[in-house]
Amino acid sequence: MTAATHVRPVPPLATGREPAWWGMTLLIATEAALFAYLLFSYFYVGSMARGGWPPGRPPELTLTLPNTFVLLASSVTMWWAESGIRGGNTRRLTLGLAVTIVLGAAFLAIQGVEYSHARFTPRTDAHGSLFYIVTGFHGAHVLVGLLILAFVLARALRGHFRPDRRVAVTVAGMYWHFVDLVWLAVFTSLYLAPRLA
Amino acid sequence: MATTVPGIPSSSLAERLTRIWETRPGLLGVLATVDHKTIGKRYLVTAFVFLVLGGLEAAVIRLQLARADSHLLTPEVYNQLFTMHGVTMIFWYAAPVLSGFSNYLWPLLLGARDMAFPRLNAFSFWVFLLSGLFLYSSALIGQSPDGGWFAYVPLTTAAYSPGLNMDFYAIGLTFLGVSTTVGAINFIATMFTLRAPGMSIGRLPIFVWGTLTTSFSVLFAIPALTLACTMLFLDRRLGTHFFDSAAGGQPLLWQHLFWIFGHPWVYIVVLPAMSIVSQMLPVFTRRPLVGYTFVALATVSTGMLGFGVWVHHMFATGVAPLSATFFSAASMVISIPSAISVFAWLATIWHGRPVRGTPYLFLAGFIILFVIGGVSGVMTAAVPFDWQLTDTYFVVAHLHYVLIGINVFPVVAGVYYWFPKFTGRLMSDRLGRWNFWTMFVGFNLAFFPMHITGLLGMPRRVYTYPSGLGWDGLNLLTTIGAYVFAIGVLLLFVNVIWSRTRGAVAGNNPWDAFTLEWATSSPPPPYNFEVIPTVASRHPLWEQRLGQPARSIITTGPALDEGRETVATSLLDAEPEGVLRMPEDSLWPLLLALSLTVLAYGLLVRSWAMSGAGLLLGIVMTMGWLWPSPAELETA
Repeated sequence: MTAATHVRPVPPLATGREPAWWGMTLLIATEAALFAYLLFSYFYVGSMARGGWPPGRPPELTLTLPNTFVLLASSVTMWWAESGIRGGNTRRLTLGLAVTIVLGAAFLAIQGVEYSHARFTPRTDAHGSLFYIVTGFHGAHVLVGLLILAFVLARALRGHFRPDRRVAVTVAGMYWHFVDLVWLAVFTSLYLAPRLA
Repeated sequence: MATTVPGIPSSSLAERLTRIWETRPGLLGVLATVDHKTIGKRYLVTAFVFLVLGGLEAAVIRLQLARADSHLLTPEVYNQLFTMHGVTMIFWYAAPVLSGFSNYLWPLLLGARDMAFPRLNAFSFWVFLLSGLFLYSSALIGQSPDGGWFAYVPLTTAAYSPGLNMDFYAIGLTFLGVSTTVGAINFIATMFTLRAPGMSIGRLPIFVWGTLTTSFSVLFAIPALTLACTMLFLDRRLGTHFFDSAAGGQPLLWQHLFWIFGHPWVYIVVLPAMSIVSQMLPVFTRRPLVGYTFVALATVSTGMLGFGVWVHHMFATGVAPLSATFFSAASMVISIPSAISVFAWLATIWHGRPVRGTPYLFLAGFIILFVIGGVSGVMTAAVPFDWQLTDTYFVVAHLHYVLIGINVFPVVAGVYYWFPKFTGRLMSDRLGRWNFWTMFVGFNLAFFPMHITGLLGMPRRVYTYPSGLGWDGLNLLTTIGAYVFAIGVLLLFVNVIWSRTRGAVAGNNPWDAFTLEWATSSPPPPYNFEVIPTVASRHPLWEQRLGQPARSIITTGPALDEGRETVATSLLDAEPEGVLRMPEDSLWPLLLALSLTVLAYGLLVRSWAMSGAGLLLGIVMTMGWLWPSPAELETA
């Protein structure tokens, strides 16, 4: 028969590298791999293309360049929101999350406008298919990010978060910053790289 | 060993922990449980059901090929059978069966009370099961996948495969990928955060290294398959042009993406199995593993090298000579870590005192098959040799030596080894020996002649063949061997069923093994360990035998009996960092998995309403899952 001491050697885990943090880090790792394969596909098909790549003029920057700044701004507001709750400021958290959501939604709306004005569709040719699958996958990730942020905002409004209890805010922020970072890779590859050639 | 310590009587602690951790009785408990041991057993049983399904398909295939000019099957049915055989075995048996072992054993080996994400673990199982049912529902309408397990375009595009067959493939594999991915995240997060205090990185059970490596491989490999399947579905059903050379697309893009996933996958389905061997061999040779560090490093480096060899599946597609040479060399480099493992095993046997029971037979048999499969692998890594033999039965022989030799044999060894832990009873050794020899003889009878069939030029995937090419006798031999092998597998099932109720009672540690799962009762209680153990060496239960001072503490430690709790420790040194509150049983994982099933069928029948409903339900279920309960808000 075993005997046991009834002891609590360590305090409840407050913050830091807890399972949720690792879970999000690993999710981001596998998602990053997905985007690496998307860009690989884009460049592989491009490298094999007869004629120029992309065929015709590069995609327009008129809407997309400002839109890039909209998304980058949303990362700043997300950071502002999280630093708010770190200091116990729930108001700043909710305000920051709301602004981030508005900016993220604006990005998607502007991307929708860009899609409707594009000279090609996913069915035009392989370039069209690749352009839309890369930007479409990214857009889907923005949408998922918005759902996560809305979920965290709903919790924030109910006062679920404190400086020592905010892991949901942290991991939502990690995901959001990742989605923004991926956009820079997509934007550079699909919009800027063709202009360098 | 038992230390008397002031405190509460142990039996009442056990009762309290049982109340906290046990699954509620009834159907609700069955559907809502998050106990990793239940989930692990479900994984194992389900994977074996898929093994039987894939085996029956193989049995019909071998009946057809037993003689020349056989017309038992139409070419269409034959195509579906060999595709479903490959897809079932590679995706729904080989990896999930290892996940089953890992799920059951992970917290027990690490000295924890459950996985880091218990509900995600349940979700992972439900998706595995439902995606398999999705795949097999194709048989109900006679439109199972029929384009081979690697589904090359353009054969699998809508023009040449107009039915739903390859849609089941593309959607089913993407669906299964969700299960594999969240499972991998769970294994890594658990290993990184929940190890028993003191289990520093150098004291990990060697089995952990295998599953840890493959979990990382999964994270970087599965997205390539998901993307390839998404593109295939879009090309087939929405008129995109990823693989359509007439519109600037590239058929070879499929092959690149598939094999960037596919070759790491080979290691995903063998490395944990090899680690089962490394874990068991010391127990059955009565000495520690020779070269623990080298075997661990060989495992990790094989996993990494696995990402740099995919083009060796594409030598015959006209890749540039420089590229072919590079990938050929990279493929041969893999024989270095493999050889390190083999020599470590041989040295362990050489320096040990082998206990020649059934588990040892399977381990020794595995080493032989591993060497044969490895050698034929090095042969096909040579470009000119590959050009000659690609798409012949030589390749089929090689991949079966690898997948059956390196996956099935260690898995069966693992079943014999851990069955007493699962059930509290030992399996029959007498029947076990019959089991081994039937499988071993049957396997070699079936697959060794296949090398020669391939060298004689018989192409794979032909539904029948003419007489007089020298293939007749060899094919008959293969068929006979396949049926002997099937009888061997049947003997395993007979042994499992018989021993469950009539096997000798095992006790905690029937093999006198050294890892933590043997420190608790057989089967373990719902809470695994009464107190969280403290680990001070690589062989916590062998410290006295090895002449080390017994420093690992099994019987005293934190009880953590105020709710579902376990200890969180630091990444490298496993210093205690805090107490983690674990979630209760939950129906959300099942509900989310069912929502995804609605989405999968919606995509299959191209109903936007149904797909949208599945997606929406999935979002609702996820939010319901993640919304904290009042109790969670209080304690966090």
